[in-house]
Amino acid sequence: MPRGVYIEPYEENTDLMVVNMGPQHPSTHGVLRLVVELDGETIVNATPHIGYLHTGIEKTMENLNYYKALVCTDREDYLSNLINNTAYSMAVEKLMDVDVPARAQRLRVILNELERIASHLIWLGTHALDIGAMTLFFYTWRERDQILDLKEMMSGVRMMTSWICPGGLRGDVPAGWVEKASMFVEHFPVKIDEYDKLLTKNPIWIERLTGVGIISAQDAVAYGMSGPSLRGSGVAWDLRKANPYCGYEQFEFEIPVGTKGDVYDRYLIRMEEMRQSVRILKQALKDIPDGLVRTSDRKIAPPPRAELDTSMESLIHHFKLYTEGYHPPVGEVYAACESGRGEKGYYIYSDGGNMPYRVKINGPSLKNLQALPKLARGRMIADVVAIIGSIDIVLGDIDR
Amino acid sequence: MVDFDVRLGLSPADLALRNIAIKRPEDWLDLSPEDDPEIRLVQENFASELIRSRRFRDEKTIWVRPAKIVVILTLLRDHPDTEFSFLSDLTCVDLLKVNEDETEPRFQITYNLYSMATYKRLRVNALVEIGQQIETVEGVWPAANWLEREVYDLFGIVFAGHSDLRRIQMPDDWIGHPLRKDEPLGGEEVEFSFNVRGR
Repeated sequence: MPRGVYIEPYEENTDLMVVNMGPQHPSTHGVLRLVVELDGETIVNATPHIGYLHTGIEKTMENLNYYKALVCTDREDYLSNLINNTAYSMAVEKLMDVDVPARAQRLRVILNELERIASHLIWLGTHALDIGAMTLFFYTWRERDQILDLKEMMSGVRMMTSWICPGGLRGDVPAGWVEKASMFVEHFPVKIDEYDKLLTKNPIWIERLTGVGIISAQDAVAYGMSGPSLRGSGVAWDLRKANPYCGYEQFEFEIPVGTKGDVYDRYLIRMEEMRQSVRILKQALKDIPDGLVRTSDRKIAPPPRAELDTSMESLIHHFKLYTEGYHPPVGEVYAACESGRGEKGYYIYSDGGNMPYRVKINGPSLKNLQALPKLARGRMIADVVAIIGSIDIVLGDIDR
Repeated sequence: MVDFDVRLGLSPADLALRNIAIKRPEDWLDLSPEDDPEIRLVQENFASELIRSRRFRDEKTIWVRPAKIVVILTLLRDHPDTEFSFLSDLTCVDLLKVNEDETEPRFQITYNLYSMATYKRLRVNALVEIGQQIETVEGVWPAANWLEREVYDLFGIVFAGHSDLRRIQMPDDWIGHPLRKDEPLGGEEVEFSFNVRGR
């Protein structure tokens, strides 16, 4: 070819390549299907398809009485079961106008914070695993197992305890539980420092995570995002501070807020949230008030079994509560908790029957995932993996 | 499955008595325009659309007709007295078993709103007949996109003007709308030794 001859380029091929990150994929954190349209290597559109885990929990709850429907709530956001229980119990207690005793409130705070740490540990392990830092996965699971041991000591079940019920807790924590929890809380900050040392200043980690998946505060609020995904963009909204529940106003803690709204900010926020949870736990585990762990209102909580031998009213209450259940007044309520992912709420419409007429489970992951096309546009597929990890979705919450 | 009331030996007279006792709602408290800016805004600007309001357990609920829902919600979002910038939840309730007769609207679209400025909540309910369309609020809060798709999927309510109204939870070729009250719960019968299938 003589020098200086200019060759016209072919007409640009404007077809987009469609890549399917199928429902079965190690990095999509569950059965999530992403249909990614690529122009070369940059993403033009990434559409999530959900519904692979849809089991009709809401319709099932319409056919179970209010106490039995509690067991369905564990199974939605299956990585923070007790927080789902707390949100549902708060909604039913609001509907029935029932007060929860002080000991139960304090234990609820302790269990919620332990659950938040457990949920963030899974997030950290799987997020690091997706990016490629595989060792952390085993470390975080080791810590989470200690929390599961605490749950097992309390209820006999490691995950789906259904321990927080309308009225309080299903039972008191056994002797030695508070000491074991305090020991965990003492040893845990050392582990967070270990994870910090491995990741936070790691140049590969920083390069993979900064500048990826940026969303502005205004967009995040408009998309209905909540939790660390929203706080990363600078909006300081946490339900524990904004609308305190279960006595959170008694404890001193801070809410980490990000500046840029990228994946690295969300990572830092969740790491700091684990430290703040430890701070709350240290305060909460001191001087737990004595008393009942379940309300003594017999219209909602069954009486202790010893009473059944002597009291006719207790026997009748026991029978009615375990066969038919209680009938709330006609009305609608909404109660929400701050879970590790955002605002976990329950909307209950009651028609006066013993079964909830309609339960809508307001899970944070559905609205957080909705923003994925906006977060992923213009990035590459490896960044999509980082973004999904950072918004921390649980498909059980999305699909129900 | 045999009904509870038959097993407990309740006669129709007992049932009627019990229904009065449990289904009687609490004293119905209306929202007042002096205390609640939300109801004042709706009454001043959209008095024809307002059906009723209620304060129940410290929560405020407003029922409106669906015709001007987008304008009402935009006003609630933008007005400095209320500033409901966050759409917490968008869902639907099938009132088939609650309505006394068939003239009442069958569906209630519920908008659970939250204000990032004042940390307050509000519930706006739009009563929709079966077969009636309601305008999408996607333009007010983009969060409504998937939430309305879910309501369409599970209840069959068409949102006029939605950018992408198709099924989200159920498979794409599913027929029917599962969360309606006239659709069955589904599931298989538990197999015991006396009802083993195929024998």
